[in-house]
Amino acid sequence: MLYYIFKRVLMTIPVMVIVALFVFLMLRLSPGDPAAVIAGDYATAEDVARIREQLGLSEPIVVQFTKWLGQLAQGDLGTSIFSNKPVAELIAQRIEPTMLLALTTIIFSVLVAVPLGTLAAYRAGSWIDRVVMLFSVGGFSVPVFVLGYVLIYILSLNLKLLPVQGYRSPFTEGIGPFFAHITLPTLTLSVIFIALIARMTRASVIEVLEEDYVRTARAKGQSEFKVLMRHALRNAAVPIITVIGIGIALLIGGVVVTESVFNIPGLGRLVLDAVLARDYPIIQGLILFFSFIYIVLNLLIDLSYSLLDPRIRY
Amino acid sequence: MLSQIGKMSRRAVMAAALAVPLAASPFALQANAETVMRVIPHADLKNLDPIWTTAYISRNHGYMIYDTLFAMDENFVPRPQMVDTWTTSDDGLVWTFVLRDGLKFHDGAPVTGEDVVASLTRWGARDGMGQQLFGVIDTLESPDAKTIVMTLTEPYGLVLESIGKISSNVPFIMPKRIAETDPFEQISEYVGSGPFVFQADEWVPGSKVVYTKFEDYIPRDEPVSAAAGGKIAKVDKVIWQYFPDATTAMNALMAGEVDFYEAPAPDLAPILASNPDITVEVNDPLGSIGFARFNHLLPPFDNADIRRAAIMAMKQEDYLAAGIGDPQFWKTCYSVFPCGTPLENDVGSEVMATGDTEKAKAALEAAGYDGTPVVIMQPTDIAVLSAFSLVTAEKLRDAGFTVQLEAMDWSTLTSRRALKDPVGEGGWNMFHTWWIGADVIDPMAIAFSGNPEKGWFGWAEDAELEEARAAFAKAGSLEEKQEIGRKVQERLWAIGASGELGQFFTPVAYRNNVKGLIKSPVMFFWNMSVE
Repeated sequence: MLYYIFKRVLMTIPVMVIVALFVFLMLRLSPGDPAAVIAGDYATAEDVARIREQLGLSEPIVVQFTKWLGQLAQGDLGTSIFSNKPVAELIAQRIEPTMLLALTTIIFSVLVAVPLGTLAAYRAGSWIDRVVMLFSVGGFSVPVFVLGYVLIYILSLNLKLLPVQGYRSPFTEGIGPFFAHITLPTLTLSVIFIALIARMTRASVIEVLEEDYVRTARAKGQSEFKVLMRHALRNAAVPIITVIGIGIALLIGGVVVTESVFNIPGLGRLVLDAVLARDYPIIQGLILFFSFIYIVLNLLIDLSYSLLDPRIRY
Repeated sequence: MLSQIGKMSRRAVMAAALAVPLAASPFALQANAETVMRVIPHADLKNLDPIWTTAYISRNHGYMIYDTLFAMDENFVPRPQMVDTWTTSDDGLVWTFVLRDGLKFHDGAPVTGEDVVASLTRWGARDGMGQQLFGVIDTLESPDAKTIVMTLTEPYGLVLESIGKISSNVPFIMPKRIAETDPFEQISEYVGSGPFVFQADEWVPGSKVVYTKFEDYIPRDEPVSAAAGGKIAKVDKVIWQYFPDATTAMNALMAGEVDFYEAPAPDLAPILASNPDITVEVNDPLGSIGFARFNHLLPPFDNADIRRAAIMAMKQEDYLAAGIGDPQFWKTCYSVFPCGTPLENDVGSEVMATGDTEKAKAALEAAGYDGTPVVIMQPTDIAVLSAFSLVTAEKLRDAGFTVQLEAMDWSTLTSRRALKDPVGEGGWNMFHTWWIGADVIDPMAIAFSGNPEKGWFGWAEDAELEEARAAFAKAGSLEEKQEIGRKVQERLWAIGASGELGQFFTPVAYRNNVKGLIKSPVMFFWNMSVE
């Protein structure tokens, strides 16, 4: 197992280098120029050229890439072209809201979706099953921003139960304000993940319920609850955990719409702002960061398989 | 203490743990007497150097923390701000400025003449008006701590207009050590002498900027008038909270979570106005001016008659209806200088006021258009400009042009418009933009340049135009300036420099407890209070 982990960790190095190269080239070869954005409407072509030179963008791509790799080797993700702040600091400022939103969403989704999916599987074909699947299809179909606006309209503007927007840190501003502000985005994001996890749980549990060992457990007189929890759900867990892991990765890297609708200063918005402004160091730093997170999450998911299923060994 | 905790029940420990952060929550702080104004600015403050960038949001940030020697009042007349007294020699070549008493930077250091010299020098290296002024400056010195002496090589009519200009780049005064930064590099320290102090530790790019009142700021005695007059900070703290989503920003204002919304989209204004707790009004008397810019270097727009034919096809009402919508937020204006400003006139504007497809068709035929496609860059991420591009495409097609619309984001457009290459190698024929009215109130604006070497993208060339602009810089009286303004306008329409698409106004929206809003083309937050 240790050898396996070591091998996987080593494998991250070439993956990260390839990602770095790909991202670097993709950005440099795509249209757009941060110098032109900085220079604005008043600039002459000479001004733009001078700014490009100051930013080091007029150097050959190979030189720029080598310099960037050198910085990375020293643990320096670079400095934002526009804000002049270190990219690591910008990521650090945004990581807490994104991580906590991902955490609350995934916890809430799992707590709702796994029992719903299991129940739907146990009562497959019944009205309960149909209601759960209807919800599931609905959850996939409603765009996140529509759901977000509807929840804001009902719970914030009309009932005045929750704030419209913003993020409050539980560490500096308290648990109460944190939950008040994170509830609506969590509910909004959870709908799609509940739909996804519930469907996966249902399909997986239905498959397991037809296995011989489930029949044997029932024949031995075990209660239906125990059959479901101890035999069916545990053996159905591998695909469910995979979906949850992918869900966490998506939540960390790709909730731009939710972050915008609820005005949460998270990583998704940082990516979008950086792309629109062509702030190369931020985009490069963030994509590397996301790649690293994806690799770590995949490793953790793979390791969890062996805990859930003793037949899987590395 | 540890043993006492050990005796507490688990529930009691959890309650205590929850109580600590809750006590520190904003709800618990409401009893604090600190007055805070929460503002949704028109854009995210990405950069803190208002000389390095021309972004309006950086300019507004500059006004929060820096002060200026002179400042424009509501009649566009420069008034002293940091300057107490000033004199001009009889020959107009020597200008002497004396600073007010008690001016201090936020770090406690006094503002000196050396700070002013360094700040103006840096600004003069980047700003167009600054470059022209420094073109006639022989020496700029500070003989003592409070005096600055500017010696010119020839009389110049725009000294005060230049150092008191209201919009980007504004000649803000910074400490000498900061102002000595290379003009093409960003400053890394943000110390001004303005009415608010920037809280660097609380700045989250893309989200939040915090300013606190500068207790040692000494405002002038005169009443506030646009950028001029006494700048009195009436709240302890101003928080700029950037909202990327317009609907969420509107909802936050309606829910009372913010006090002021600088630039709500015109289509949201009726919803905001229907809320009795919210006031929606136009605060900028000049608004913005839409521009359709031609590339004068490439066919078919290397021909003035073809450019004029294209302008004839443009009808301002159609652009403004498509891009802005509600007629209360726009008006047609055929003067190249914003309507309502001293240089507004109607010389030669018939070409823009035509708006007639048939006449445009005839003019195009007479000009000998050979069917060369017109490539219009369409920035789809900026709704107003995207709509302008679509209208132009339709108008030009109707007039007989072959049109190719190329969709892209604004960043791509800004880099591509700098290219002088043929269309097949990345070049372009047209793009749309807007200038805020304050930026185009006189012929010195780069938008009106007739010098392709130093001019704006599109590279118009006209010697007569440049002569008139040079004469404007030396003009003395308003009458003389207006006469030259008419000449400049006549040339701009004669060569078909750009299409002008009308004047439009972005409203502001605020809770009714916000008082003291200053009428101005630039948003200022002094004099405003939250009651």
